[in-house]
Amino acid sequence: MAFDSFAAFVSMEGHGPYVWACYAVFFVLMIVLMAGSVRSRNATIESCRRRYEFQADKSTVAAAPTTSASFARVNVSQD
Amino acid sequence: MHPIRKKRLTIVLFLLVGLSVAVGLTTYALRQNINLFYDPSQISAGEAPVDVRIRAGGMVEEGSVVRDPESLKVEFMVTDYSASVPVEYVGILPDLFAEGQGIVAMGRLNNEGRFVADQVLAKHDENYMPPEVAGALEKASQAETKSAAENAKPATY
Amino acid sequence: MWQFFHKLGSPKWFFGISTRFMPWLLMSGIVLLMAGVVWGLAFAPKDYLQGNSYRIIFIHVPTAFMAQSVYIMMASAALVTLVWRMKLADVFVKAVTPVGLVLTFLALFTGAVWGKPTWGTWWIWDARLTSMLILLFLYGGVIALDRAINDEKSAARAVAVLVLVGVVNIPIIKYSVEWWNTLHQPATFKLTEKPSMPAEMWVPLLLSVLGLYLIFGWLACVRMQTEILSREQRTRWVKEFVLKGKV
Repeated sequence: MAFDSFAAFVSMEGHGPYVWACYAVFFVLMIVLMAGSVRSRNATIESCRRRYEFQADKSTVAAAPTTSASFARVNVSQD
Repeated sequence: MHPIRKKRLTIVLFLLVGLSVAVGLTTYALRQNINLFYDPSQISAGEAPVDVRIRAGGMVEEGSVVRDPESLKVEFMVTDYSASVPVEYVGILPDLFAEGQGIVAMGRLNNEGRFVADQVLAKHDENYMPPEVAGALEKASQAETKSAAENAKPATY
Repeated sequence: MWQFFHKLGSPKWFFGISTRFMPWLLMSGIVLLMAGVVWGLAFAPKDYLQGNSYRIIFIHVPTAFMAQSVYIMMASAALVTLVWRMKLADVFVKAVTPVGLVLTFLALFTGAVWGKPTWGTWWIWDARLTSMLILLFLYGGVIALDRAINDEKSAARAVAVLVLVGVVNIPIIKYSVEWWNTLHQPATFKLTEKPSMPAEMWVPLLLSVLGLYLIFGWLACVRMQTEILSREQRTRWVKEFVLKGKV
């Protein structure tokens, strides 16, 4: 350890504000960059999935009308 | 390699070479403007303009710093070990300012060849070391110069 | 060799291999960077001249070094884009430009904060600082140019030309401190000589440089995968990956 106490470590003989400001900005920006990159990757995967599911729905809907004897699709008015 | 790719590669390389030559020539022509400061040899050779705001840089000569006891005025010699220029400055000096340290001063050169600075910045070199090592080195170099001076004396006088 | 080169150009192949490497890149990168930073902040001796303010070097040098080497990598990729029209090279350029921008900003910021207590000023228009600022604008310009052109292919070519033109700035940054009088000191590390600092200072510095390099590798993989996924949405392998989670 190059410092005698934790207080000395924080103050760095008066250079503390400069040193800690640098490290704070460095870590904040790096974490924002890393988290942002992961989030946009996940968001891209999610939007792709929604697109594929939408396409899949559309194709089943397009194929559906003739198969009228399905129980799931019966829609009787209640009033 | 495919001839089309070869052609593209040559075009790109020619572009790069041409560009580097152009940039090289430009920076060479502008080198006096790109240089941040004049060194003492340039100033004493009369290359620096008088009464124009310029920067002067060099080492603070050992034993040349004179502080005015009543004000913040400081006078010192800036040297590059082949020529020196006297500098005067009123104000607070950076922490790293010391004899034997590098500085860059902004100000005007007056008619008597004195440099009147309004800003003094410290310039340090690329060497980093722990204080103990620096102390030991200093001691060693002092001993060396002492013995060198003793050895050199008969030859110079 | 050419076969390998073409395989390297296949987005699907890259996606598979990078997924395997990514956790290792991230883990080792964080470990090395933290080791270097903690060692540098708390255990390395202080400098005889600058005292403790020199501890900024343990992030200033890594960011400045990476800012330049990312640009060199981008320029190599731009050359590949222009000559071989390889898709993956353009994906790389697009993915890492924002990373380079952040690293350059960090190098300038940490340098400014370091300059205040040592030189006595936040900023000076010397050749090193100015050429580094130009690098920042180059990264910004690449992003802007890419956004301004809608067509993917013409954007790729325009960006590649700009990146290649900007590469002349790199030797200017590197040698500015030797060619001209600057306030910035010359390099502490040279390829041919011993570093002008003792081992208890340069070892932590080397660790944080390596750590940041690995983290950059991880960032590049994540961002390239994002770019590949959105470009290759229509291919079957992307669909399979998105729905089943396997490449």
